[in-house]
Amino acid sequence: MSHPDHFQLFHLPASFALDGDALDRAFRSVQSSVHPDRHASGSPVERRVAMQWATRANEAYQTLKSPLKRAAYLCEQAGVPIEAESNTAMPAAFLHQQMEWREALDEVREGGDAEALRELDCTMAAERERLIGELHQALDVDRDHARAAALVRQLMFVEKYATEVGLAGHAFEDAERRD
Amino acid sequence: MALLQIAEPGQSAEPHRHRLAVGIDLGTTYSLVATVRNSIPVVLDDAEGRSLLPSVVRFSADDDAEVGYAAQKQQAIDPRNTITSVKRFMGRGMKDVEHIENLPYDFVDAPGMLQLRTAAGVRSPVEVSAEILRALRKRAETALGGDLVGAVITVPAYFDDAQRQATKDAARLAGLNVLRLLNEPTAAAVAYGLDHGAEGIYAVYDLGGGTFDISILKLTKGVFEVLATGGDTALGGDDFDQRLFCSVVEKSKLQPLSMQDARLLMVKSREVKEQLSAEPDVRFSAVLATGEVVDLSLASREFADMTQPLVEKTLAACRKALRDAGLRAADIKGVVMVGGATRMPHLRKAVAQFFGQTPLTNIDPDTVVALGASIQANLLAGNGAPGDDWLLLDVIPLSLGLETMGGLVEKIIPRNSTIPIARAQEFTTFKDGQTAIALHVVQGERELVSDCRSLARFELRGIPPMAAGAARIRVEFQVDADGLLSVSAKEKSTGIEATIAVKPSYGLADADIERMLRDSFQHAKEDVHARALAESRVEGERLVEATQSALQADGALLSDAEKGEIEAWLQQLRQAIPGKDHRAIKQAMEALGRATDAFAARRMDAGIKRALAGRKIGSF
Repeated sequence: MSHPDHFQLFHLPASFALDGDALDRAFRSVQSSVHPDRHASGSPVERRVAMQWATRANEAYQTLKSPLKRAAYLCEQAGVPIEAESNTAMPAAFLHQQMEWREALDEVREGGDAEALRELDCTMAAERERLIGELHQALDVDRDHARAAALVRQLMFVEKYATEVGLAGHAFEDAERRD
Repeated sequence: MALLQIAEPGQSAEPHRHRLAVGIDLGTTYSLVATVRNSIPVVLDDAEGRSLLPSVVRFSADDDAEVGYAAQKQQAIDPRNTITSVKRFMGRGMKDVEHIENLPYDFVDAPGMLQLRTAAGVRSPVEVSAEILRALRKRAETALGGDLVGAVITVPAYFDDAQRQATKDAARLAGLNVLRLLNEPTAAAVAYGLDHGAEGIYAVYDLGGGTFDISILKLTKGVFEVLATGGDTALGGDDFDQRLFCSVVEKSKLQPLSMQDARLLMVKSREVKEQLSAEPDVRFSAVLATGEVVDLSLASREFADMTQPLVEKTLAACRKALRDAGLRAADIKGVVMVGGATRMPHLRKAVAQFFGQTPLTNIDPDTVVALGASIQANLLAGNGAPGDDWLLLDVIPLSLGLETMGGLVEKIIPRNSTIPIARAQEFTTFKDGQTAIALHVVQGERELVSDCRSLARFELRGIPPMAAGAARIRVEFQVDADGLLSVSAKEKSTGIEATIAVKPSYGLADADIERMLRDSFQHAKEDVHARALAESRVEGERLVEATQSALQADGALLSDAEKGEIEAWLQQLRQAIPGKDHRAIKQAMEALGRATDAFAARRMDAGIKRALAGRKIGSF
């Protein structure tokens, strides 16, 4: 059995910049050929192999679809682990920014200010775009995986924070409905 | 001709041979069986021309179990032995069933899943469901004139692992080969989407007799991708009956009811609920065994008010599913209504208001799930015609995790992950010299183990003694295309591997299943060995056929020596099949399986290459 990496599996170039439609199409093609439903009348061995490949295809698709996971994967493939838990070193400016954002979210939660929450949401979307742009530069142009790994850790924070902003938004909506 | 046929993987090498396959909707109140006949999905009727089979089973001391209308007729007379809505007990313990004190059954508390004491002995919900499936299997075999190759059985999308496993076990007891467990809303989407050439994002709102599902699906070029699913496996049309019943009892100031009278009023409540879908005012009148007379008038407006909290519960699940999918109600192109309970006008109105559009009700909400399942069964059995290449990508409804220190849950696979999926996590020992580790597998969204469903507990033993934190124990979760979990664990820091694999089974060990199988054969006066032999032969023949078609399609991937070896094992199996020893057949099958391992992997590889090459010239 050959062991292609996630990009090879879908016959896509191994870069951070990615044609999302091409990925979707390749995923559907691969899944159409390996999915257990395509092999339901095959032998038990064939059915087991189909499940393993379909599992791989799902894993590869989920990894490549998300810019964060894709960048982390490219770093790991290049021998630079992300070490999100052990390596918490971040540029001082980013740490300072983090603290400000956290405080801002706490204030918004307490005050129930929906407009301020929307602003935070937009800020995070912009920040995410900025980091994705820098990741493209680091991975595809400069091939600086150590810098990319640091950017991945920042993006992890941003995405986690954006999720919290989203949850706060849902809490506001639910409270409105109850009133 | 067949010898020259080049088959694509998954398609039959012999297109002229139609394999009998069915789709079964095993519902809380009604069940159905459907098949594809001359390319058209049809529901199979019983001898009296009725398509619905009431999911009611009556047990008596000496006769076979009665299933369906015959059993339903007895429910007011013999409530204790007449089991209705058994789906609510599948994979459930006594503490999980709401209002259990109102039910007329003699429950037996058992680890994992409750049991019922009947005139025919103690029965597991799995055995009760198997009676329903057996009746549907017989109906199908009579109608189609032959043995079934397999069945697709539908389950609520929100069914957890315990409920799914119980359903699969019931099918096994009923002698059905399960081609796939298919989520009910996905089955409905197949029937609807293929029929209407739908593209875009759809919501399937499925309120059955006892379960509620909401699935958000993206339909693109024949791919049905479930984005998110949600629901409640203990909320259905039955609960609307229950509210009506409670209100009647309260208003009429009745004495404590006997089991028979309670059942009588429940049945009446259902009838009145159904009438209220058509008329604004309905009279509720009944004469109890005590001579008391119940007679009152009910307005549909009143009924809508008393059931509003139930409706709101379904909408809350819709809201959650939309959020999980990262969508708003306005993104939904169409809302497909499934399940008999969606006939209630006030419910339709609420759903229309929630999604800002009139829901689609142009398909029969009672049969659409069975029809969709039959379409999928036809494809899985290998009867697909050229162009039948749609693909279902479904998700797991609830997160899977492990208990960690302090009774907390570490999530391994998050809900709404596309299946099949595998995830591994590493754990370590917390004491010096620790040689065993206990693993507790749970399912649910809460942080605390006590708030989640316990699926399985097992121990990994034989870890070499070492310092705390030095062991590296890798626990892998694999969820297959039926949404069923298996777990394996391995200690990796040393050369010594302790591996264990479990399939959670909720109190139903394989030995229990064997016993139930034996019991059912004894009851049917069938010979267990004859049955095992017949089953092995069918499986053996299926394997011969599958291997032959693989050799025909992709024999070029093998060297002459490899091909020779596979053919030799194939010949062994052919010789074993007519013999009288089912174990010899099994052994020959296993040997052939081992010999084709590498071939299967190579074929899969080649298939991917073909698929991607085909895409480049624009066929997908």
